[in-house]
Amino acid sequence: MADLTITREIVIEAPVEVVWRTITEPDQIALWFADRVDVDIRPGAAGTLVFEDKATAEAVSAAVVVDAVEPPHRFSFRWGAPEGETPVPGNSALAEFTLIAEAGDRTRLRVSETGLDGLPWPDEEKARYAEDHRDGWRIHFGRLGALLGSPAG
Amino acid sequence: MTDAAGIADDVLWAAIADPSRRRLLDLLVQGGEATASGLAPEVPFTRQAVTKHLAVLEQAGLVSRHKVGREVLFRVDPGRLDEATRALAQVAQRWDRRLAAIKRLAEATHRAAPRPSATS
Repeated sequence: MADLTITREIVIEAPVEVVWRTITEPDQIALWFADRVDVDIRPGAAGTLVFEDKATAEAVSAAVVVDAVEPPHRFSFRWGAPEGETPVPGNSALAEFTLIAEAGDRTRLRVSETGLDGLPWPDEEKARYAEDHRDGWRIHFGRLGALLGSPAG
Repeated sequence: MTDAAGIADDVLWAAIADPSRRRLLDLLVQGGEATASGLAPEVPFTRQAVTKHLAVLEQAGLVSRHKVGREVLFRVDPGRLDEATRALAQVAQRWDRRLAAIKRLAEATHRAAPRPSATS
């Protein structure tokens, strides 16, 4: 199985304790992630995330399992399992937050997601890209490298 | 994703997850097309390893081979590479949006009730 990791980060003008509450309190999570969050924030707890599709007004729920809860520096959960399955290693993605306190009451918040094998591959516009656009490919490859971390050299 | 498409996707992910294969892809993107022997001096692994990696990339649909005279040339299949890039970029963009939302929320909370701090 592939082991791809996406890593993104941001610097926040607030102390780690505040950022920690923002990413771990269910009513706060509902403001930046799912529309409804029904899970206890403790390691191993299983629950549900509900996403409302604004275009169709349909609600989609996703199973979530809390992985690590180490205030105020590490929080992770598993999601993205096939419908009806509980997210466990091998069938789901692991999202992991790392909070790093920085000078001046700032926090560096890093998120990484691994286990992305089950992502859907959109077929649309494939034909458009089937032509030979070498410069275009170089740009795309550059983006791929930026996302995955290119090997040196 | 337990259907055929899902299995194909696993092959694609596995193919690009390996840094050596990404290096080969990178060289092919830059050079247009190349033989296994032509690629070998550019990478820190053997020609045999190059051939193996090219086979994995070919199986994933990321490169195709064609014969010119006695040479076998490999080149990137742009559509497939773009699929991989787009799917990853989408995941990254979603996290960027979520991080930006977390930043707004946390900074608003902090401004509303700043804690006593030695630095301010």
